Amino acid sequence: MDFLSKKLYIFVSILGNCFRTDHMTHKEISKLLNGRIIIGEGSESTNYQYAFASDLMSDVLTVDSENLILITGLANLQAVRTAEMSDISCIIIVRGKKASEEMIQLAAESKITLIECNYTMFRTCGLLYQAGIKPLY
Amino acid sequence: MQLEFKVMGGDFANAGYASSEIKKVLKQINIDPKIIKKVVVALYEAEVNICAHAYAGKVSVEITPEKISVEVSDKGPGIPDIELAMQEGFSTASPAVREMGFGAGMGLPNIKKNTDFLDIQSTVGKGTTLKFINYLT
Ligand SMILES: Nc1ncnc2c1ncn2[C@@H]1O[C@H](COP(=O)(O)OP(=O)(O)O)[C@@H](O)[C@H]1O
Ligand SMILES: [Mg+2]
Repeated sequence: MDFLSKKLYIFVSILGNCFRTDHMTHKEISKLLNGRIIIGEGSESTNYQYAFASDLMSDVLTVDSENLILITGLANLQAVRTAEMSDISCIIIVRGKKASEEMIQLAAESKITLIECNYTMFRTCGLLYQAGIKPLY
Repeated sequence: MQLEFKVMGGDFANAGYASSEIKKVLKQINIDPKIIKKVVVALYEAEVNICAHAYAGKVSVEITPEKISVEVSDKGPGIPDIELAMQEGFSTASPAVREMGFGAGMGLPNIKKNTDFLDIQSTVGKGTTLKFINYLT
């Protein structure tokens, strides 16, 4: 690599890192995933740093962290209940699944943000990871 | 303070109702959020077990300055081998329960993990009673 392209490479790397953050708001998350915020106006100030992806709620109930995003393909009441019990305030529902009326109502009561997204779980995780959201372990 | 709730077997839409109500009360009386999470995660898995494995049950919670004591009892098939049921991964759950995001055999082990004391009494053909305690001091 000659001197100039080395400089260019460093410049691009630094620029790339400028787009990586260690936290995101639910609006930034939704935009990144081309998603829809179904409910969650009012939690603008929450900064999410970590994410956990699973369709198994028993798995989710074993994790322990604050400012955690739950990424799941399970669009039922149990996903919202699980988030409520685990103090998780943001759920991303992937694979184009729709939140039901009951889910939206329960999420509202528990102040949980629901984001629908058409991407696969893998793509959703990849994009968030690339943006700087961290895994739990 | 003493709280009581009924839980119906097979009623997945309401699974978690008791846990949710108890969470609200514990928050109101300013219990440490870390302890609240442990109690409600354990109670939620126990509620799901009534829905998944039994016919009907009830939850009673006693709160004193020293501890939170929970009793979850059901009328149901009972557990023939408690030691086996406590093993991570052991499950007799139906495909319907799996679709709800449970039934991976992680419930009872997670209840154990989240509580300071756990006792399970079960009579085959009659039912099961779980007692658990979380200390506040
Ligand atoms: N209340 C109950 N009544 C009857 N059987 C139960 C009850 N709770 C648990 N079991 C038995 O113990 C097993 C393990 O329970 P658990 O660890 O919660 O896993 P899961 O519910 O995912 O199967 C269940 O599959 C079931 O066979
Ligand atoms: Mg269970």
